Amino acid sequence: MATKASRSAARIMMAPAVVLLLGWMLVPLIMTLYFSFKRYLPLRGDSLDRGLDWVGFDNYVRFISSSSFWPSVQTTLVMVGGVLIITVVLGILLAMLLDQPFFGQGVVRILVIAPFFVMPTVSALVWKNMMMDPVNGVLSHLWRFFGAEPVSWLSDVPLGSIVLIVSWQWLPFATLILLTAIQSLDSEQLEAAEMDGAPPLRRFWHIVLPHLSRAITIVILIQTIFLLSIFAEIFVTTGGAFGTRTLTYLIFQRVIDSQNIGLGSAGGVYAIILANIVAIFLMRIVGKNLDK
Amino acid sequence: MSLKSTLRAATALSLITAGSAFADGHSATITIATVNNGDMIRMQGYTDQFTEETGIAVEWVTLEENVLRQRVTTDITTNGGQFDIMTIGMYEAPIWGSNDWLVPLDDLSAEYDVDDILPAMRAGLSYNGTLYAAPFYGESSMVMYRTDLMEEAGLEMPAAPTWQFIREAAAAMDDPENDINGICLRGKAGWGEGGAFITVTGNSFGARWFDEDWNAQFDQPEWAEALNFYVNLMNDYGPEGYATNGFNENLSLFNQGKCGMWIDATVAASFVTGDDSTVADSVGFALAPNSEGVDKRANWLWAWALAIPAGTQQADEAKQFIEWATSKDYIELVAENEGWANVPPGARTSLYETPEYQAVPFAQMTLDSINAADPNNPTVDPVPYTGIQFAAIPEWAGMATEVSQEFSAAYAGQQTVEEALANAQAIANETMEAAGYR
Amino acid sequence: MARAISPRRKLITTAAAWTIALIIFFPIFWTILTSFKTEAQAINDPPLFFNFDWTLENYSVVQERSDYMRFLWNSVIIAGGSTLLGILIAVPAAWSMAFVPSRRTKDILLWMLSTKMLPAVGVLYPISLLFVEFNLLDTRIGLVVVLMLINLPIIVWMLYTYFREIPGEILEAARMDGATLKEEILYVLTPMAIPGIASTVLLNFILAWNEAFWTLNLTAANAAPLTAFIASYSSPEGLFFAKLSAASTMAIAPILILGWFSQKQLVRGLTFGAVK
Repeated sequence: MATKASRSAARIMMAPAVVLLLGWMLVPLIMTLYFSFKRYLPLRGDSLDRGLDWVGFDNYVRFISSSSFWPSVQTTLVMVGGVLIITVVLGILLAMLLDQPFFGQGVVRILVIAPFFVMPTVSALVWKNMMMDPVNGVLSHLWRFFGAEPVSWLSDVPLGSIVLIVSWQWLPFATLILLTAIQSLDSEQLEAAEMDGAPPLRRFWHIVLPHLSRAITIVILIQTIFLLSIFAEIFVTTGGAFGTRTLTYLIFQRVIDSQNIGLGSAGGVYAIILANIVAIFLMRIVGKNLDK
Repeated sequence: MSLKSTLRAATALSLITAGSAFADGHSATITIATVNNGDMIRMQGYTDQFTEETGIAVEWVTLEENVLRQRVTTDITTNGGQFDIMTIGMYEAPIWGSNDWLVPLDDLSAEYDVDDILPAMRAGLSYNGTLYAAPFYGESSMVMYRTDLMEEAGLEMPAAPTWQFIREAAAAMDDPENDINGICLRGKAGWGEGGAFITVTGNSFGARWFDEDWNAQFDQPEWAEALNFYVNLMNDYGPEGYATNGFNENLSLFNQGKCGMWIDATVAASFVTGDDSTVADSVGFALAPNSEGVDKRANWLWAWALAIPAGTQQADEAKQFIEWATSKDYIELVAENEGWANVPPGARTSLYETPEYQAVPFAQMTLDSINAADPNNPTVDPVPYTGIQFAAIPEWAGMATEVSQEFSAAYAGQQTVEEALANAQAIANETMEAAGYR
Repeated sequence: MARAISPRRKLITTAAAWTIALIIFFPIFWTILTSFKTEAQAINDPPLFFNFDWTLENYSVVQERSDYMRFLWNSVIIAGGSTLLGILIAVPAAWSMAFVPSRRTKDILLWMLSTKMLPAVGVLYPISLLFVEFNLLDTRIGLVVVLMLINLPIIVWMLYTYFREIPGEILEAARMDGATLKEEILYVLTPMAIPGIASTVLLNFILAWNEAFWTLNLTAANAAPLTAFIASYSSPEGLFFAKLSAASTMAIAPILILGWFSQKQLVRGLTFGAVK
């Protein structure tokens, strides 16, 4: 029903956001692409002013043939997948619990969403030192209290520990979205099913879960966007050791530790490709689910 | 390039507005990036005195070591110019100096007495004979041990122990029931953490990173011996989770009385005998060990030093600060207020000639340890690089961090020593090939 | 919820909910508690709960070493500035997407979100070089722009979902009455959208406040926010649990308090308006 005039007005109004984001995407992307075909080792005196040597696909070949590449892709997927599964499953359970009437709902909700406000560096530091320290951490005190041998979390179960920390940060988000969705569930429908004698598990499977599908999609979409670029939690806790080196972290090591900008940029291009594969995959599902 | 000029104009405009709103009217302010070690924190406390004397205000950017390295390296390679003084180490100084990224410190005043700087430190912070960074403090590594526990065990620490004796002593002092580990050592990944320690341990077993043609040497028996010795020692008598312990974690353990021995930086001596330590009265010191029959000890050599990036607008003010912070007067200032044991050690010859400082229990051992380290001949067999716990090449930081991550994974039991060495060999050779050494 | 609930069931639910809530909140509680201990008490075995001498010493040590207010102020300006700038740019875009949709609208929206998937470390070098080129390093304005760009997709997305809830008939009625586009947005749309905008502002303020990669890498002294403040306490020499706790508490307290006071809007914001 929109008129021609409002259509062109709409384009103009959209322009700033689109142009800015396009610039924000393209300018660094083009620079990254450019560097990825160059030998760029600043510590060996290479610089833009002096001109960089063209090396063709050397950086791409070297990055992908490095022994660290595939493990890092795997680590990335395990980490993102692990956090998604934990937050969605626990989020659904927690949301269903919080949906029940109980005393002190307001306070409980405040406590549950609190981790979301904690900046990633702080939460990584707090977990690493106060919670997971093998000597003075709360968890090791707890283990000793029950007569168990304290666990050296960050070296014995490094990936699990990081997944735990990140899940702690994102559980509030998942819970809140799912809780809002559950609250909008038609209780009469549930009651009717209860009257019909449908067992709880079946009610959950056939009524609650389908109702939540849209909310779950949102949780997965938004979290994936943030989880693919997890950095502070790894940097602070293990520094990429013990098999916690994600693709993002591997690029960081190539760019910052090794100061090999060409190699790191090639890695960046791979990461962009990976992100886009995940994105297309996600967009397909999300696009469908959002139309509902 | 009209877009660029437009952007520039817009930026300039916003900068002027932002700048005028927040400018504080000071004549000169220098920005210093530093590491959050105790001696630097102390220096921050005395900054007001410097400002009073010179009228130059100082902004501190204090960061944890890893973050600091990341920040200053990016800043220097992109010519960011965010800092007027950077705290760097012996690894960075010669490489950056050779790229002309640092202001040469060749015109320091006569009172500063540059010849007083310990020769080992001065050499390590110079490139082609030109000093590029002034040492704030310097260190080697040595054995710190609990005299009370040694006595109980009926052992006596020689002034220059071997690894074999260290193992014997660790076995004797290990007391899990009372929460005492025989020995605490660094295992944390990172070239400056566990990487530095295992490299000097390798040196003291006759191992080396590269032969003279830059071929990685992790497939040689010396490395297997060194790494196996370390892993067995730590698994038998080390603390839980040692694979994530670095300097700070071990310091904290030692201060809580949970370690019989600790082999680490000589600067730790003033902390383990200081107020925060529960075992301050019973700490002894000895030279870093060697394996029996090997000519090299596990001594490293390091200095935290102040350098001026070439891009700064305030080189003169920065130089003034450096002269102040690394001077004899500064040492005396700290000695007056905090006692001689707490002055920044290892930088100046005159400090070790001061009678008051000679009375400090760890002074002589620190100096001996520094003197025992030789960056030009770090290993038994010849190597193509200088540096003891590092090789002074640009590729080192990235490569050694990855290698130390492989080692840490072995400490944590995620892979065997053999697997770790094989991976290290591959990483080192890959890096050397990529960089065109071989 | 018209179902009758037995008191017993309510009690059980209460116990379960509180237990879980306390477990989730425990790390924060423990950090705040530890910040009032001495360093020795902080690592006491067994851990001390309330039976210790409460001290404010850690806070004064931290304050003495780093001027908290300056970091706080930078955080406020950077998070606030980037959010407001983002809203200014996103409102028109979201408006046109919501009320004048075309076949491409959804594609554009999803494309915008996908720009958030670019790994920041991959473009650290290009961005650093650009910042050097335009003298933006260690300036608030530079960070405001970068954080705005990072969060812009989220802002557009959220506003779009809120705007879509507003019935189009109202706008058409206004148009019939001869309202111009400007009047339509200012007097009709905005008042109805205020709750949604408030939620968006809040959530993005928090996201910008907690952003720790660009804020650390592009600042030194002048523009350094609280994320840089905390970076100097992460692993110093000696015992540091109590000081780390104090610094952590100082870094998260403002946002925690803000979040708790505006919980209702925030919950709305957290759900991105996409779930009703």
